[in-house]
Amino acid sequence: MDLIDLTVSEAAQLIRKRETSSHDLVRACLDRIRAVDATVGAFVDVYEKDALSEAHAADNRIAEGGAARALEGVPVAVKDNLCVTGRPVTCSSKILKGFIAPYTATVIERLREAGAILIGRTNMDEFAMGSSTETSCYGLTRNPWDTGRVPGGSSGGSVAAVAAREAPASLGSDTGGSIRQPAALCGVAGLKPTYGYVSRYGLVAFASSLDQIGPIARSVRDIAVLLEIIGGHDPRDSTSVKRPAENLVSSLGGKIENLRIGVPKEYFVEGMDPEVKEAIRAALEKMQSAGATIVDVSLPHTEYAVATYYVIATAEASSNLARYDGVQYGYRAPHPTDLLDMYQRTKSEGFGAEVKRRIMLGTYVLSSGYYDAYYLKAQKVRTLLKKDFEDAFKLCDVIATPASPTAAFKVGEKVADPLQMYLSDIFTISVNLAGVPAISVPCGFTSNTLPIGLQLIGRHFGEGTLLKVAHAYESMTDWHKKQPKV
Amino acid sequence: MPDYEAVIGLEVHVQLKTRSKIFCGCPTTFGAEPNTSVCPVCLGLPGSLPVLNETALRYSILTGIMLGSTISSFSKFDRKNYFYPDLPKNYQISQYDLPLCVGGELEIEFEGKRKRIGITRVHLEEDAGKLVHAEVEGEDSGVDFNRTGVPLLEIVSEPEISSPEEAFAYLKGLKLTLQYLGVSDCDMEKGSLRCDANVSVRPRGEKLLGVKVEVKNMNSFRAVQKALAYEIERQNRAIAEGQRIVQETRLWEAESEMTHPMRSKEEAHDYRYFPEPDLVPVMVDHALQEVLRASLPEAPLKRRDRLVAQYALPEYDVEVLTSERELADYFEACVTAGAEPKAASNLIMGEMLRLLKERALTLEGCKITPKHIVEILALVSSGAITGTTGKEVFAEMFETGKRPGEIVHSGGLAQISDQAELDRLADEVIAKNTKSVEDYRSGKAKAIGFLVGQVMKATKGKANPQMVNEILKKKLEKDSSKR
Amino acid sequence: MAITRKDVEYVARLARIQLSEEEKEQFTAQLTRIVEYVAKLKELDTENVEPTAHVLPLRNVMRPDEVRPSIDRDSVLKLAPKAAEGFYKVPQVIE
Ligand SMILES: [Mg+2]
Ligand SMILES: [Zn+2]
Repeated sequence: MDLIDLTVSEAAQLIRKRETSSHDLVRACLDRIRAVDATVGAFVDVYEKDALSEAHAADNRIAEGGAARALEGVPVAVKDNLCVTGRPVTCSSKILKGFIAPYTATVIERLREAGAILIGRTNMDEFAMGSSTETSCYGLTRNPWDTGRVPGGSSGGSVAAVAAREAPASLGSDTGGSIRQPAALCGVAGLKPTYGYVSRYGLVAFASSLDQIGPIARSVRDIAVLLEIIGGHDPRDSTSVKRPAENLVSSLGGKIENLRIGVPKEYFVEGMDPEVKEAIRAALEKMQSAGATIVDVSLPHTEYAVATYYVIATAEASSNLARYDGVQYGYRAPHPTDLLDMYQRTKSEGFGAEVKRRIMLGTYVLSSGYYDAYYLKAQKVRTLLKKDFEDAFKLCDVIATPASPTAAFKVGEKVADPLQMYLSDIFTISVNLAGVPAISVPCGFTSNTLPIGLQLIGRHFGEGTLLKVAHAYESMTDWHKKQPKV
Repeated sequence: MPDYEAVIGLEVHVQLKTRSKIFCGCPTTFGAEPNTSVCPVCLGLPGSLPVLNETALRYSILTGIMLGSTISSFSKFDRKNYFYPDLPKNYQISQYDLPLCVGGELEIEFEGKRKRIGITRVHLEEDAGKLVHAEVEGEDSGVDFNRTGVPLLEIVSEPEISSPEEAFAYLKGLKLTLQYLGVSDCDMEKGSLRCDANVSVRPRGEKLLGVKVEVKNMNSFRAVQKALAYEIERQNRAIAEGQRIVQETRLWEAESEMTHPMRSKEEAHDYRYFPEPDLVPVMVDHALQEVLRASLPEAPLKRRDRLVAQYALPEYDVEVLTSERELADYFEACVTAGAEPKAASNLIMGEMLRLLKERALTLEGCKITPKHIVEILALVSSGAITGTTGKEVFAEMFETGKRPGEIVHSGGLAQISDQAELDRLADEVIAKNTKSVEDYRSGKAKAIGFLVGQVMKATKGKANPQMVNEILKKKLEKDSSKR
Repeated sequence: MAITRKDVEYVARLARIQLSEEEKEQFTAQLTRIVEYVAKLKELDTENVEPTAHVLPLRNVMRPDEVRPSIDRDSVLKLAPKAAEGFYKVPQVIE
């Protein structure tokens, strides 16, 4: 078996048993990156030298009989919005070029404590604003299944790296679907945890009340392994929740008999690709055959989710991104004539069009006279959307929907029409607004061999059940084993 | 022309006396090298997150309870969005529509009369950094973020202050109250208290408020008083000249003693407040309020009233004794330990404060315990030492912290009340000072004072002055009858 | 509700973003479309609905008042576009 095909769990076990070495695995990934990344464009930075020396150290530790940690010697790629001391972090924006993080994100600390090796940082839509990874200042990331198409976004680089087997796993962030939608479009598994499950400390904020960091991998087991490591309370994040530790990995493999899977009727209407619809239907049948009960549920406010999201997310973003002003770090427009000129040109030259558009929208909805009509209204509708899920979960244990209304679209196809681009997040956005967890797992292909993703949504902190169902489905299929040609 | 009255509201920001900043662990120490008390959180670095300082919240609630405010059962933080180089995130974490404390009042004393000034609200927020302006036109300004994130309590008064002097009394009263609580130093020079004022004038008796002008940049209580006096006068004059008052922000300029409109164009204040998503709401339950209420000190004016009534002390004494909570505590500790109130008050207000001031010390570092005070007062009142010796003993006690009895014993400072010894000394003095003796005998009763003084001098102040007086009198009268 | 060019200019000023004439035009059209789409929220009766600012009911998350080490000044000042003598430097600020 080719080392680059290993899952995290397989790799960790082989390294632990010394059947392979961390060094060989890291070397294999680096070679793969060298071979395909010029085409895929998943990475904006590869930590070749450090990754190899860390791998060497991991191998030595194991050789000396040191207790092998869960991810000992396993390489992981991280999105370009997570801080690592001494490494640049730019959110794929010109405005943060030259910024070297002087501190490390909690999730990165935890990955390292588990023995993982950072192999590089990955491309993304600028400040995570996008659904196609086309707004990055570094250029495109391409879908490994069809390089004329987008990988989805905003965690397009993290997802493409895993799909193209440049890394066995990665971390992304998900504000409105930025892990799940690209995972669906690239045929890998990606989880957005419950809001508050994973610390946001060190994640460069887009929309603070919606952002969550989550794992991307090629198996549900790997997702569980990674979530156990990065999750849990962090005193540095006021919105991180204190809960007893749970053993997600060991609860995998259980039967899904008697579990009720809800299908919201609102998710199967307008504009959906018939092939996507068919794939989801087939997936539901599979789960039914394994003993799960399929029930109809309703999420009646779904059609308002995108509007609600674009008010709340842009409002928070307009405030979060105000700090990029050329004073402390990053880009400053040359030769400012005065302070105002420095601010205005720095932002004008440093931010891309989509970021400016969202800052404008967010500033507008918060501005005097519009707050109640837009921002407050959206917060109230958010309450209704949240309640939709609470009501639905009275009737079911997990909700199943498509992760994206279509398979991967063509590069440039939606760039000109921001609203069309926003609508591609229609199935993932409600989940962030409600704060519930959701995973996308591969569930088929279109006739063009483009992956299709099944989204499973759980209750608040229902990651255990969610992963159990996803794992049960995955073990009945082999979609996740299919590999792109790239 | 109608008679005009001033309407003043004050907005005071005080720095809370916490060890660390409001949302991070950086120290709040004043005067550190620029940009050394900073971290990713208070610098607003990408990805950093705030976590509320428990003590800052506790101090805020304490203040609210002390001012009789309603403590909100549900309160939250908001972002106030505006651009300024001293604001690292370009928003300030503050409180907008749900402040921690609402309402309340501060009782002040002004020209011997008491008045209650309403409090509108009290809220918690983070301080901004400091801009160091260039001395040369066109040169860059420097930014120091050490102060960024220092906890501030904003206390807004109702527009119920009617003169600059009253404003001064309000600030004094507020400062004393917060110092009694121990939540702030309220040191305007170190910037731990800042005050902005809203001033308007209106015809006396009119209900509606006039156009208000915001006055900023005052750096002492006296400056506030002066700026307000100037501004009221300016507004009155403008109205008298038929001009209209424009709503604006004016800066007080200490050198010229005038207010000037702010030079920079006033932005349309569109702060786009919204709930801070990185901090969760605060809910203050009844139990916590009760715990804090129980720890509340007596308000300064209440304590003044009680001290006058309980110890029959003059108003003046009490005003001095209550000018600091520690001083009043010290005084009462002395009384509790057994000191006679007026004697204790005299000693504390006299010798004690004098020595503290001389050495630039505070009560905190003082070596004299209330027990020492009781003992020294007893030594003097029993006649074991003289009042003069008392001062000497006190000074030594202040230096060494030794018990007064021990100082008297080892220094041989006990009062001389021995009849024979004093007789001998009196005879010596009479023999040496014939001029004064003559004066006395010729009817100048005052001359005896000089003779007593000579005996005291000969004993280094240890002679019992009453006895000396009586002995001298007897001797001088006896001698004269003999003649 | 249409967004006017004046609105765009006002908002750009609030956000401190300089826009080209072309951008102003483009944003006026695009934001109008987005805001018109968002206006669908008005269909919903939210009279008696509480707003959600935080999706989880967390309360009173605090840290003890303890001093932690600050960051080394050079490590952050070196990131600044302009700094000198321990200060960040910005174009002169006039009060
Ligand atoms: Mg304030
Ligand atoms: Zn700090």
